[in-house]
Amino acid sequence: MLRHLDARARLLVALVPGLALGTLALNLALPPEHALHVPTYAISLLGKYLCYALLALSVGLVWGYGGILSLGHGAFFALGGYAMGMYLMRQIGSRGVYGHPTLPDFMVFLNWQELPWYWYGFDQFWFAAIMVLLVPGALAFVAGWLAFRSRVTGVYLSILTQAMTYALMLAFFRNDMGFGGNNGLTDFKDILGFNIQAQETRAALFFASAVALALGLAVAAILVNSRFGKVLVAIRDAESRARFLGYRVEHYKLLVFVLSACMAGVAGALYVPQVGIINPSEFAPANSIEIVIWVAVGGRGTLLGPVLGAFLVNFAKTWLTGAMPELWLFALGGLFIAVTLLLPKGLVGLAAQIRLKRGRLPSSHRVPAAG
Amino acid sequence: MRLTGALLYLNNVSVIFDGFKALNGLSLVIEPGEMRAIIGPNGAGKTTMMDVVTGKTRPDTGEVLFDGAIDLTREDEASIAQLGIGRKFQKPTVFENHTVADNLLLALAGRRRAMATLFAPEDRAEEERLEAILDTIRLGALRDVPAASLSHGQKQWLEIGMLLAQDPKLLLVDEPAAGMTDAETAATASLLKEINKTRSVVVVEHDMTFVRDLGVKVTVLHEGSVLAEGSLDQVSANERVVEVYLGR
Ligand SMILES: Nc1ncnc2c1ncn2[C@@H]1O[C@H](COP(=O)(O)OP(=O)(O)O)[C@@H](O)[C@H]1O
Ligand SMILES: [Mg+2]
Repeated sequence: MLRHLDARARLLVALVPGLALGTLALNLALPPEHALHVPTYAISLLGKYLCYALLALSVGLVWGYGGILSLGHGAFFALGGYAMGMYLMRQIGSRGVYGHPTLPDFMVFLNWQELPWYWYGFDQFWFAAIMVLLVPGALAFVAGWLAFRSRVTGVYLSILTQAMTYALMLAFFRNDMGFGGNNGLTDFKDILGFNIQAQETRAALFFASAVALALGLAVAAILVNSRFGKVLVAIRDAESRARFLGYRVEHYKLLVFVLSACMAGVAGALYVPQVGIINPSEFAPANSIEIVIWVAVGGRGTLLGPVLGAFLVNFAKTWLTGAMPELWLFALGGLFIAVTLLLPKGLVGLAAQIRLKRGRLPSSHRVPAAG
Repeated sequence: MRLTGALLYLNNVSVIFDGFKALNGLSLVIEPGEMRAIIGPNGAGKTTMMDVVTGKTRPDTGEVLFDGAIDLTREDEASIAQLGIGRKFQKPTVFENHTVADNLLLALAGRRRAMATLFAPEDRAEEERLEAILDTIRLGALRDVPAASLSHGQKQWLEIGMLLAQDPKLLLVDEPAAGMTDAETAATASLLKEINKTRSVVVVEHDMTFVRDLGVKVTVLHEGSVLAEGSLDQVSANERVVEVYLGR
């Protein structure tokens, strides 16, 4: 399988943790007054971007290669985040405001007497880690199975995924669901026994996010460069032709959809300890649409594109929401329209086009148009 | 249990679209190794017949048997393809973003399960078959070119190559000569005859020169059922056929 990791993918997979280590060195080894010192808040911010990049990669995989325009990946991200959040809540133990030995504060506040069954096991990290993959994966399996088997495609599938994340948002807003309602899960104290606020813990989480992104890139590269990836692109471009060749289209879509949901779940799980909170707004339909914009900006049908798009758009967002917060949504909308009209293959596609014009790239290396 | 010696057996098949009978009690028998030409005016139901055989459309009534025993009305497109029925569409459909070689690779009989495409290693035997097909369809020089950059005629040939790679027992070919030059049309006819040496072929075609080149039994469809059957000369002499189709 490793033969599917081509030189470009290997470089990308090595580069991400390498850059992360370099950044960390500038954070941990240099004194704060040094010109090149990277402040800890920047590490947290970059860690967040790394999670977004992994999330974008997961959407890029299903959309760019499988032609499945999911507008519900925010839900998989949030579910991974909630699984991690539940572990972090239970790590608080009796240090909550109410000092209850097992019940999180919000449950004491609601006068609950005991832990609901679905919170069992979340005091164990390994259990939470499994749930981070299992819950988004299972939801994707059920939703995907129903949709792909009935041959729901295109805009109908997008609407279905939007409905899914919207329904989950409404459900998680309810106090009686047992996930902290409106406020979600927050006030985390430590993770695996380490203080979650400590500079070293933040550094470790940041690095873990980089490793997760690198692993995600490796898995994605293996997938798209294998025969499976070729079938996937064939399905994206001419679904019924693939069927008449004997490929069971729904199996291919389901496999990549579930894998992508697990990837999004991991991104959410790493995101939550770094931002310190998870609440139902993560399920907001607009969040899922935003992810698609990152991918479109970076370039779908490539692996680098979604990563690049996530970093650039979020960097712009951080800057703009600081400078002119009321402008952000207009900028995002404008960006999407501009990219759709002017850069159908995103920034990575643009770069390839420029190289092609200069004659440096053989035509067989052209970035495929995503369908 | 084998119910018929025929490779493909359609009996009294009807397909109704919103009250309109696209196929109306169609019966058709294709023997193993046979090549059959199907002609008929636009809207006669030729493409719908192929849709029924390949699982795209379920017939409202009638029997469709493959290989004497397999009820095709119970199978979907993927399993019918795996059973050994290949189909070439009226409009050439190849995977535009894939290279010529990858198009053929994806069509090669064998690996179809998702897990097998993910983990199984490439194999030499596949490579050799691929090269042989590239030779047959004369696209060897273009093997690493994206299919999108092929000419219309080359795409038709690539699609025929994909069907060969699929190694079907029965090949359904919908209007292969459409949009081809005379030379390409003649070459396509001889390619189909070559293919017919090892498998059964059903060809739908409008081009009478092409059908004459094939020199096989002809079935004339009209309003969803068979109007006449026989050699091209026989059906051309049939008064009803002249009236609805050949009469100009
Ligand atoms: N999916 C469909 N829905 C409604 N009518 C259809 C459909 N497919 C085909 N038809 C109609 O059935 C008739 C037969 O069509 P077709 O099999 O494509 O004819 P041919 O290939 O012989 O030209 C035509 O009148 C066509 O309009
Ligand atoms: Mg037709």
